[in-house]
Amino acid sequence: MSGLVADVEVRRGAFDLRARVEARAGEVVSVVGPSGAGKTTLLRCIAGLEPGARGRITVGDEVWLDGSKSLPVHRRRVGFVFQEASLFPHLDVEGNLRYGTKRLRGTPLRSSFEHVAEWLELGPLLGRRPATLSGGERQRVALGRALLAQPRLLLVDEPLSALDAAARERLLPWLEALPRTIDVPVVHVSHSMREVARLADELVWLEGGAVRASGPARELLPLVGAADEELSAVLRGSVHEHDDLDAITTVAVGDERFHVRRLDAEPGDEVRVQVLARDVSIALEPDRGSSILNEVAVVVRRVHANEAGAVLELELAGGQSLYARITRRSLRALDLSEGRSVRARVKSVGATGSHPRAER
Amino acid sequence: MDWDALLLSCRLAATTTAILLVLGTPLAWWLARGRGWLRASVDALVAVPLVLPPTVLGFYLLMLLGPEGPVGGALRALGGPKLVFSFPGLVVASVLFSAPFVVQPLRNAFRAIGARPAEVAATLGAGPLDRLLTVAVPLALPSYVTAAVVAFAHTLGEFGVVLMVGGDLAETRVVSIAVFEAVESLDYARAHAMSAILLAFSFTVLLVVALVERRTSDGGAR
Repeated sequence: MSGLVADVEVRRGAFDLRARVEARAGEVVSVVGPSGAGKTTLLRCIAGLEPGARGRITVGDEVWLDGSKSLPVHRRRVGFVFQEASLFPHLDVEGNLRYGTKRLRGTPLRSSFEHVAEWLELGPLLGRRPATLSGGERQRVALGRALLAQPRLLLVDEPLSALDAAARERLLPWLEALPRTIDVPVVHVSHSMREVARLADELVWLEGGAVRASGPARELLPLVGAADEELSAVLRGSVHEHDDLDAITTVAVGDERFHVRRLDAEPGDEVRVQVLARDVSIALEPDRGSSILNEVAVVVRRVHANEAGAVLELELAGGQSLYARITRRSLRALDLSEGRSVRARVKSVGATGSHPRAER
Repeated sequence: MDWDALLLSCRLAATTTAILLVLGTPLAWWLARGRGWLRASVDALVAVPLVLPPTVLGFYLLMLLGPEGPVGGALRALGGPKLVFSFPGLVVASVLFSAPFVVQPLRNAFRAIGARPAEVAATLGAGPLDRLLTVAVPLALPSYVTAAVVAFAHTLGEFGVVLMVGGDLAETRVVSIAVFEAVESLDYARAHAMSAILLAFSFTVLLVVALVERRTSDGGAR
């Protein structure tokens, strides 16, 4: 199964959208940008839901759009998870899940019903009507329904925006695990920097219907999120040890150790550590005497100065990146230029295990 | 008591309702799916019988379907059925006359459902007809009940169009015509019996519709 290459344009009234998106199989491309930038319209064009779309879309060896010649949506095998789960209210959960599978006409199953239902923990919900489900449950069913249609491309439009904070946190691990679970390209739309930091491999930055920039998430994130309170980096690590007395878990990220609140995970388990840029400060000397538990050695990779201040991209020994938001005065006073070795002090660290679980 | 007339009325109403549900579904779906001049014109055309005197509609149908008319003439040349003063003619007239009572509620229901469920179905591999039958129609089911019942009752009660197109022959004497005929011949007892049946039936039907609508709006889940 191979990648998506989409070069599309569409006119909707006075709004023009023209964008290029590429995504490899097993990779998440996040489309970001302000409201009204055309993010959802872009997704709809790729799905074939915008009748006026022109351009060229290929997924693997299939041509979905060539000029104005368009393969109908129902022949594209595109999985689309909408912002509101949009389950069929007249069918129960199982009926919703099987709707796509029934229409495959001989396409071999890559994800079986049992496998998907078990992975998303939908077993207890199968006989229920959508109206009786919680927001998070509905999105899980919507995700399962899209996966069971055996898509060649998965499009996910702000899947968490209709949910409360707790339900978001519960759903995120499944979305993080998606690319590994299905080996198809995933294009995801969001305006939450937290969500994007955790999911995106690549970014497409839309503004006013045009691509302002696109590239690796790690490089683009500090630019896109320059003024965003939720700009954050996600580090991949594993559980090193627990200290039950202080209720602290030590997470190994490369050679560095991060101390986080006690996690419900076994030593050796893979975990993700999310660090907000606003929680990271810079020191030139190692710290002596502070309540801050986490301080790591980093190298300043890039400095993005803007009107509001500066965002630094900091590289850890293992090659992973942190961001720090500081003022321009500090930037000048500490003489922080690219290539300089400094200490990053992290005020607060969030961590989640990589095993999705509905009940926690 | 003119049982033949009652039976004929019921047969006409059932046939008309069945035809309208089948033809009205795609038409209502199409009308609900967009704006523009063509759709507006068709919308208005479907609604015309609501305001036109039935005799006017009947008169034009007579001109159109008669042996000298464009449709009737063509049918006769092809050896098709006679469309005036016949049961098929009554069906054609009733379908046109009762169309707004089916098309309008279905159109409104499809509009309220919106495009999203059909879009979801499309991404799950359902073609246009599949989407209509497995998503749009089930979601609009309460409106189908209303549409069917009202179309049936309305056809049963029609007089003007039926008289113009069907006349007063054994083959086309429906109950409303039979009542008129009974009154004309001062046979009030016969007129009473049939009128009372029609009145009771109409009330019952509208009561059922009101109850169905109340229950679906109370249910809230849809």
